[in-house]
Formats: sequence, structure tokens, C-alpha cells
Amino acid sequence: MSASRASRFNQRSLAPVLFLAPAILFFLFYVIFPIFQSIQISLYDWDGLGPKTFVGMDNYVELMDDEAFYTSLKNNVIWLVLYMLAIPAGLFIALFLNQTVFGMRLYKSLFFFPFVISQVVVGLVFTWFYDPSYGLLNVILGWFGMGPIAILGDETWVTYGIIFAGLWPQTAYCMILYITGLNAVDPEQIEAGRLDNAKGWNMLWYIILPQLKPATFIAIVVTVIGALRSFDLVSIMTAGGPWGSSRVLAYYMYEKAFSEYGFRMGYGAAIAVVLLLIMMIYITFFLMKMYRDERGQ
Amino acid sequence: MISTFKTTIASLAASTILATSAFAGELVINTDTSDPAPKAAFEQLIADFEAANPDITVKWNLFDHEGYKTSIRNFLTADAPDLANWYAGNRMLPYVNAGLFEDVSDVWEENGLNESLASAAGSMTIDGKKWGVPYTYYQWGVYYRKDIFEANGIEVPTNWDEFKAAGATLTAAGVTPITIGTKYLWTAGGVFDYLNLRTNGYEFHMALTKGEVEWTDQRVVDTMNNWKELIDAGFFLDNHTSYSWQEALAPMVAGDAAMYVMGNFAVAPLREAGLTDDQLGFFQFPVINPDVPLAEEAPTDTLHIPANASNKEDARKFLAFLASAEAQTKINETLGQLPINKDSTVGDDKFLQAGYAMLSSTDGGIAQFFDRDAPAEMAKIGMEGFQEFMVKPDRLDAILTRLEKTRLRVYK
Repeated sequence: MSASRASRFNQRSLAPVLFLAPAILFFLFYVIFPIFQSIQISLYDWDGLGPKTFVGMDNYVELMDDEAFYTSLKNNVIWLVLYMLAIPAGLFIALFLNQTVFGMRLYKSLFFFPFVISQVVVGLVFTWFYDPSYGLLNVILGWFGMGPIAILGDETWVTYGIIFAGLWPQTAYCMILYITGLNAVDPEQIEAGRLDNAKGWNMLWYIILPQLKPATFIAIVVTVIGALRSFDLVSIMTAGGPWGSSRVLAYYMYEKAFSEYGFRMGYGAAIAVVLLLIMMIYITFFLMKMYRDERGQ
Repeated sequence: MISTFKTTIASLAASTILATSAFAGELVINTDTSDPAPKAAFEQLIADFEAANPDITVKWNLFDHEGYKTSIRNFLTADAPDLANWYAGNRMLPYVNAGLFEDVSDVWEENGLNESLASAAGSMTIDGKKWGVPYTYYQWGVYYRKDIFEANGIEVPTNWDEFKAAGATLTAAGVTPITIGTKYLWTAGGVFDYLNLRTNGYEFHMALTKGEVEWTDQRVVDTMNNWKELIDAGFFLDNHTSYSWQEALAPMVAGDAAMYVMGNFAVAPLREAGLTDDQLGFFQFPVINPDVPLAEEAPTDTLHIPANASNKEDARKFLAFLASAEAQTKINETLGQLPINKDSTVGDDKFLQAGYAMLSSTDGGIAQFFDRDAPAEMAKIGMEGFQEFMVKPDRLDAILTRLEKTRLRVYK
């Protein structure tokens, strides 16, 4: 009697643990453990090869007095704010494409195309587009008598230029999320709205958008993540230049830790920790919302 | 289907084993010599070495430049080849300090390299030991469009005033005097090196890159003011921050720009783009301060044995082979660069001959390059400062203060 109860108890309690084990192990080894390792490395002065020297908070103290760090931080904020434009832009294109016309699948694929190609290719394409001597942008500006602007060579424009390039694939991503979302919109509610004389903006705001809330939530999540890990475009288009004015934290960390002139692992790790703290604000918000939603059900 | 899959797996596994553990008689070489000329030079060198040593097979892994700079750290520690190319001076210091390069003083002793490679011995020595074998170097200077100079009646400038006058004539003719692409920063470092070597001389330049002089020193300010004269006179290509050094070749080929402060490796692509030797010329960077002896910039490329190499015996043979007068003559002929071995013959090329003549009569000293003479972090922030200065010369004080702050931290 007691033996069978024990085995049943074991089955019940063991099964979830076993099923969760692979995920938990991977999460521990690839996410949690590296976080603590980064925090630990950030307290050392280490070139990645030789011996480590413990320096306490020195890396952080230096970071607080580092112009390049504040430039990167400022750029990260600009990225976060402007990258959000991908959401309304994606919604707009999704609404536009949400009609039954011959060949619509082709148009949808074409709009989705930038998300499929590699970020590196997007970066290269826009680098050529912005090129001050033969780039298309300056050819077009030339028609209006405006002089060549070296977008990627000018400290005031460069970050906006890169963000614009990043918005191209990100908009496509948001668009696909909304297109799937629109498929799930309840036609009866639209019908009911029509009867109540809802049109255009009102229809969108009060009938459609509330039903797209899950899609919007995911779109915000992926866009914030996209903005914070914006690394490849910066690396490809400007390598952080001119004179470091287009750096973002992720790129600055790479530069300090792994690039040709870097190899200050401790300092790079300190930047990574600061980036983690910034992400934590957002992650906490995200987790709290998830928790509340789950409890609400 | 399944059997093909199995064979693929098996061959994959086999090739991985081959790649990681080279058996005796196989020599693994990693290089980043992926441009056409260096690639051909290494192909030939390896073929010659194999012909001379039939019992040794060379396995050669070719990397691209930028990737190599980061992967070398990984393969030196984790999966070391038997030989790897790198650079002399301060650039090899981190690897020597970390014990990742093999002391090859014995190769120098046994093959009389202290004699034949004497000119580069200094830049290969750390703590009294030699850490690799240099196989090539090349001059820096001003490459110019001879035909444009002639069309505008400009003589080759030998001093600062003539240089500025030449620029003024060119600007008036609608030609940009100097083309440059500073996107990857180091090109600006070359210009700074020359201005500083000519304004303050070799000793000061070395002291500065070694961190012994303040960046806010009046002498540095003098160098920067000379630079500012050129910037204010519109010497440099517009929007240079958007271009790589290769992209900056285009205006020179098109005749929109007349000069390029560059290393000799620029000659090959300029010729390929269609410039003939009648159109293309070379001159020594003009004198600025007549009181300082002329010093030049001539970076040296080197080959090293990683400390974790498995076939060090054959690697030493290869180094000895590479150091020989014949091998250096041959490899540099293809590279279009200068051999280190004093018994080698310099290629029959007007730029090589000009460079050889210039460097062998240099009494001021030979600098490697800003990012090889200064430690990595100082080099990066320094060159970033130069790039910023070239666009915003008014920020000079802020830039020099920032460099000084970096100096105090980097060299402590």
C-alpha cells in the first residue's frame, strides 16, 4: 500500500522535473551561468590570454567617466525610440495587404523579403544606398539640388541612417505578425461595428486594434529586443564610426572585448552587465505583465 | 541515402581529426595573405619549400584580413597551427607576453639571421629573444599622379611650402590634392605618423607612441597645427569618413585626386585599375622641420611558431627557408615589396627601387606604423581622434585631452 503510493508520488513529481530538465539545464548553462560569469569577469582586468587581476569596481568607475560609453548609451535610447516606428509601419502595410487581389501572395512575400535576407546584406545594401559619390540617395538629392550628404560619415546623421536601414526588415517582421493577427479578427464584430456606423479610424481604433492586442504585444517584444541587440548593422555599415559616434552598447562591448584593438575582457563584461541591467527593466515589466495575464485567466 | 549520409559523417569526422592533429611530416600554416599578390607569393613559397623538402607536406589555411585578427587569438590557444603570420613590434607583444609564440632565437643563431636580417632584428626582439622571422617590409610615402602634376606644372615637392603650394595649384585646378578613406581609421594614423615624424622627428614619435610624452605637449599641438593647415586648405577628399582605403583609390584613378599617403601595397590595385607607370609616381613625404633627420614608415610582416604547435621541427625548417636570400627575393618579387635579407635582390620595379633607395639611406629611424608602435587601445582611440580631427579640427583641445586621459590609463 505505502509502496505503491510512494511510486505514484514519485511518478507525479518526477515527470515534470524530467520533462523540464533539458530546458532548465540549457537555460542554466547558456543564460544564467554566463550572466554570473560576466559579472565576475567585470571585476577583473583581463586580456583573455594572460592572468586575471582583480580590480574590484574599477571597470565600472572607468565606465562612468567614459565619453564613448555615454555616446553608446544615448544611441541605444535613440534606437529604442525610433525602432518602435516599425510597429505602426508594419500595421499599416499589413492593413494595406489585407485584401483579396490577384497575386496578393506575391506582394506579401515581396514585402516580407527584407526580413528573410541577412542583416549583413541589408547593411551592405544601405551602405551603397548612402554612398556619397555614387549612392542612389545622393543621386536623388542631386535632382533637388541638394548636395551630397555622407549619411554614414556624419556624426549627426549616422545613427539615424543605420536605424532607418534596420527599420526595413523590422517593419517586415511586424507586418507578418499583424497579417497573421488580422486573419484572426472576428468578422462578426466588424459587421456589428459597421451596423453601429464605425468607419475608418474609429473602426481601426475601437474594433480592429483591440483584437490585434496579442500581435501588438509580440511586435513590441521583438522590436525592443531587436533595438537592444542592434549589432550587425552597426558593425557592417560603420564599424561604430565616424570616431565612434554610431556605437551602441552591444557594439562597444564587442569592440572592447573582442575586436582588433580591444581584448579588455573585464571592461567589455562591465558594459555587458550595464546592458543587462537596462534589459532587466524591460524584462521585469514583461514578466510582470505575463504573470498578471496568466493570473487573470 | 543512409549510407551516403554515413560516409559524409565519417569523412567529416576524418577531416576534423586531420585538421586538429597534424601527423608528422605535415606542416600547418595559417595566414591572412588573401589578396591576389600575397596569395600567389605564398603559394609559390610553399611549393618551393615542398620541392626542397619532399618529406614534408604543407597544409595551408587562408583567412581574410579582418577575420584573422580575431581568430588568431583562438587558434593560438585552442588549435594551434605550426606557423602563423603576424606583425613585428608592439603588435606581437601581447602574444609573446602570454607565452603563445615560440622563442626562435635558435633559428636566428643557426642560420646567421642576426647577420642577414639585421635590419629587422630590433623589431623582432622582446626580452632579448627573437620571436619570429620577418619576410617582407614596404615603404610608405606619397603616391601621386605624375600626369596631373605635369599638366599643372607642379614639381615634386620636397619641403612643406612646396607641398602646400602644390596643393593650392591642384585645388585651383579642381583636383583634390590628397585622397584618403578613413572609415577604418588606420589611414589617418599613417598621415599622423608622417606629420609627426617630420615635425618632431623619430625619437619624439617613438616616445609618444611608447606613452612617455603627454598628448597635450606643445610638440604634438605643432604637428596637429601643421595638419590643420592642410585640412583648412582643402587638401583631403570630402566625406573621407565614408570610404575604405580601397574605395579612396577610385578618385585617384579617375583623376579627381592627385596624391595618396599610403604604403606600397597601393601600387598593385592602382595598376590593376589601369594606371601606367607613366601616370603613377612616388615621392618621399616632404620635409617640414629641416632640423629633424628624415625618418620613414616601413611596417614589417612576420611569420611565427605558436608555442602550442605540434610540428615545431619542420616549422623551424620553414622559417630558415623563408629567411634565405633566395626565398625572400622570390616572395617579395611577387608581393611587390622589399626583402629583409640583405643578400636578396630587390625586384626590378620603379616603386620598389625607389622605396629601397629611400629606406636604405634613412638615418632618422624606421617606424612600424601607429597601430604597431602604440599599444592596441591607445592606437584605436588615437586614430579615432585623428579621424575626428580631420573633420572637426576645432575640437583639437578636446581630442588631445581625451588622448592624454587614455595615455594615463593605458600605460600605467
